Amino acid sequence: MFDLNRIRKDFEILNRKIWDGKPLVYLDNAATTQKPDVVISALTKYYKEYNANIHRGAHKLAEEATIAYEAVRDKVKKFISAIDEEVIFTRNTTESINLLAYSLGELLVNEGDEILLSEMEHHSNIIPWFLLRERKKCKIIFAPINENYELDYEKLEKLITKKTKIISITHKSNVLGTVNDIKRIANLAKTNGSIFIVDAAQSVPHMKVNYKELGCDFLVFSAHKMCGPTGVGVLVGSKELLFKIPPFLGGGEMIKKVTFDGFTPNDIPWKFEAGTPNIADVIAFGAALDYLEKIGLENIYKHELELTEYALEKLKQFDFLKIYNPVIALSPLQAPRNDNYSGAGIITFSNPVVHPHDIATIIDQYGVAIRAGHHCAQPLMKKLGVSATARASFYFYNTKAEIDIFAHALKKAFDYFEVGACKELKLKGRSNDSPNAKPGAAKIR
Amino acid sequence: MIVLMQNQELPKLDELYKEIILEHYREPCGKVPLEHVDYEAEGMNPLCGDEVKLSLQLKDKTIEKIHIEGHGCSISVASGSMLASILKGKSINEAKQLSLFLKDMMHGKVDKNEKDIGDLEALEGVKKFPVRIKCALLPWTTFEEALAGHEHVEIS
Repeated sequence: MFDLNRIRKDFEILNRKIWDGKPLVYLDNAATTQKPDVVISALTKYYKEYNANIHRGAHKLAEEATIAYEAVRDKVKKFISAIDEEVIFTRNTTESINLLAYSLGELLVNEGDEILLSEMEHHSNIIPWFLLRERKKCKIIFAPINENYELDYEKLEKLITKKTKIISITHKSNVLGTVNDIKRIANLAKTNGSIFIVDAAQSVPHMKVNYKELGCDFLVFSAHKMCGPTGVGVLVGSKELLFKIPPFLGGGEMIKKVTFDGFTPNDIPWKFEAGTPNIADVIAFGAALDYLEKIGLENIYKHELELTEYALEKLKQFDFLKIYNPVIALSPLQAPRNDNYSGAGIITFSNPVVHPHDIATIIDQYGVAIRAGHHCAQPLMKKLGVSATARASFYFYNTKAEIDIFAHALKKAFDYFEVGACKELKLKGRSNDSPNAKPGAAKIR
Repeated sequence: MIVLMQNQELPKLDELYKEIILEHYREPCGKVPLEHVDYEAEGMNPLCGDEVKLSLQLKDKTIEKIHIEGHGCSISVASGSMLASILKGKSINEAKQLSLFLKDMMHGKVDKNEKDIGDLEALEGVKKFPVRIKCALLPWTTFEEALAGHEHVEIS
């Protein structure tokens, strides 16, 4: 059963008071989520009771630590319904993509080849490919989004050519909340013989993801966005490909044999885990996976959907807001699509008068934490025609009462800048990017 | 032991958004195109996407006119507007000194009353909102870069 009161008790930080005693309303979950007590105690238990380096040492502690660390690979596989695939631990989603861009790039990509991304990618799924372009002189192509903030699949299909060696696309946009049709792209990739990587940093924490059903070659995500510690990323992919591609980082653990002349790489997955890994954090990530399984991904998704719909309803009072989420997300319960998963949990908005930074500063005074800025997606911001937006993002521990506080705080922010009095500005189609934007008669108290 | 900065006194919004700041935000100075550009620089705050492009027109080591464009929050726009209005007619040296003073003021090294800085006084309130200091300083860092002849600056 999904018992919100009980769940909230698992997170000590949710008792935190901000400033002069206001309760914390944490709505920046797309950046990182909070950690339940079970995760924090898994961390301390490791350090207090069986701290040892893994894979070496014949002593008891080393054995315990190794078993606990390795067991998390199976938990990850179970969590995303992977069977034969390999699980590699990295530091974060970004490192997972860098690993693939480097190692896959070395093996597969030559001058003139193409890498297909989309316009809604996070910098983490753009820059590693730009770096590859410098080494290999390949081309980076961006599949466009449409006016409803969704991928334009017809155009995407036309961009897949014989030169397309790799397709790397997000499962769920960290700005738009759009959930992309991965199966559809996977089919196109398979037919074309392209390798398909899915950035699942925003999807795996919030909805049931079935690796087998998605049909991609690689799936990457981060522990810290799903109740786990920072410093752990995941790369799941086919053993065959991982066997073929060269190592990414060199050092301890990733080698089988070293001589003065060279080295033989270790077997997968260890071939890609150079140096002592984040042992404690991986083990605690295992606790996070258990915790999320217990709550149930279906429950998590459903709750976030309810919160999103509730919040969008609340935001209707601010008719001057521009919301950057797919229309389908504006009524997600009525219009389920894409396996019922679309656009839940993320609301991104801006308005012509109050800059997102100013909104974030003002609502912080009410204990509300949201994100303001470009959300590490500057090309997407450019496409949207803004330099910054504000983003509220939910997780299963958020409540409708918190959304009420959020809406109240937003009202205060808009009142402060007298946004309601400036509707004529909206009609003129001003954007908050205009350096000449006039916020109307600013209210001074 | 780590001391958390919990339950501090709530900084007052009115200290951040002083009337003069909001006036500059509403109608920023520095929008008139220059006849000729002697120095120019672009600055950006990669964390939030605030961008500013600043151009200087000089005459005998005096700043004749400043043009400033870009997009940013109220603090960054207001700070840029104040820069454009206050530095007009100042010598390069005076301007550099003022820029240095403002930075020191934001970092609490000097008091605003140690120098007559006009409207810039209003920016002192930003000190209480540490994450916004970068917004206030972006135009000034960019100004210094323009003088240094650099093309690009990123504050981190």
